[in-house]
Amino acid sequence: MNARTLPLMAFALLVVLLIVGLQISDKKTELPSPLLNKPAPAFDLPVLGNPDQRLSKESFLGKPYLINFWASWCITCRVEHPVVTELAKLNKITILGLNFRDDKADAQAWLGKYGDPYDVNLRDADGRTSIDFGVYAAPESFLVDPNGTIVFKQLGALTTEIIETEILPRVAAWESEKR
Amino acid sequence: MKLTALLVLLLSFSAFAQLQQVQEPLVFETQQQQDRFDQLTKELRCLVCQNQNLADSDAPLAHDLRREVHAMLQTGQNDQQIKQFMVERYGDFVLYRPPVQTNTYLLWMAPLVLLLGGALVLRSNIKKRTALLGDDQVNDKNNHETS
Repeated sequence: MNARTLPLMAFALLVVLLIVGLQISDKKTELPSPLLNKPAPAFDLPVLGNPDQRLSKESFLGKPYLINFWASWCITCRVEHPVVTELAKLNKITILGLNFRDDKADAQAWLGKYGDPYDVNLRDADGRTSIDFGVYAAPESFLVDPNGTIVFKQLGALTTEIIETEILPRVAAWESEKR
Repeated sequence: MKLTALLVLLLSFSAFAQLQQVQEPLVFETQQQQDRFDQLTKELRCLVCQNQNLADSDAPLAHDLRREVHAMLQTGQNDQQIKQFMVERYGDFVLYRPPVQTNTYLLWMAPLVLLLGGALVLRSNIKKRTALLGDDQVNDKNNHETS
């Protein structure tokens, strides 16, 4: 390597670095969840609209379910809402809505206005459960397998594509296992 | 005199600027606890506004996480336990000072590697130049002798 090729090599290396940087820049704000492939955090929360009834993680063991963190103040949740509704119509998986850091009346009004696709909604008023799930944006969704393990996490809105490629195949696999 | 009065007035406003912080009133039992809280919230990242730490951020999540840190300090957990709590939920990214582990070796070693690389380049350059300088001196000498 002589004095002439060295700067050229350095430049080429820089170009490679910049290309890699550009390609991952879209994903930079998306952090891998440390909870992936780990048991879902325990929760024990009152049902929205029926505070006397509480549901915990144990209540859901044995069947797969999708936890969807949402709130009435969350604009992206409204964008996501039709996608969740479509998934609910398929009737393939339990959808657990987790209404967090929200006002009860606001939450119920939101469901009244846009429709309630959830099998059940739990109220996480102070956001403590959302912290246990490491939620830092809304919406966030967690697919939990029958053993209570988180197998997939979506940061931000679910899309039809994500449902078809990440959620439904896993649900189908669990169903065929059961048979 | 007027100027002094104006300056005094303006200075007194700066006291309000100091009070205008994002922190909610959290009560600490000891000054030491307060110091640890300040230190921890400076070292933990706010996940919503990713270039701010917990101490500076006014995001709802930052409020909640500050409350968590406060509660954990009250129950006597040490700094390591509090950081662990955050890492278990949000990953290493929550720490402004990443731990030294297999996937961060490159990050931690890069400055040292760059320094060593620079030193090597410098050494070879110095060698080359002294060699050239030496040649020049010999040439000069020869020139003198022949002339």
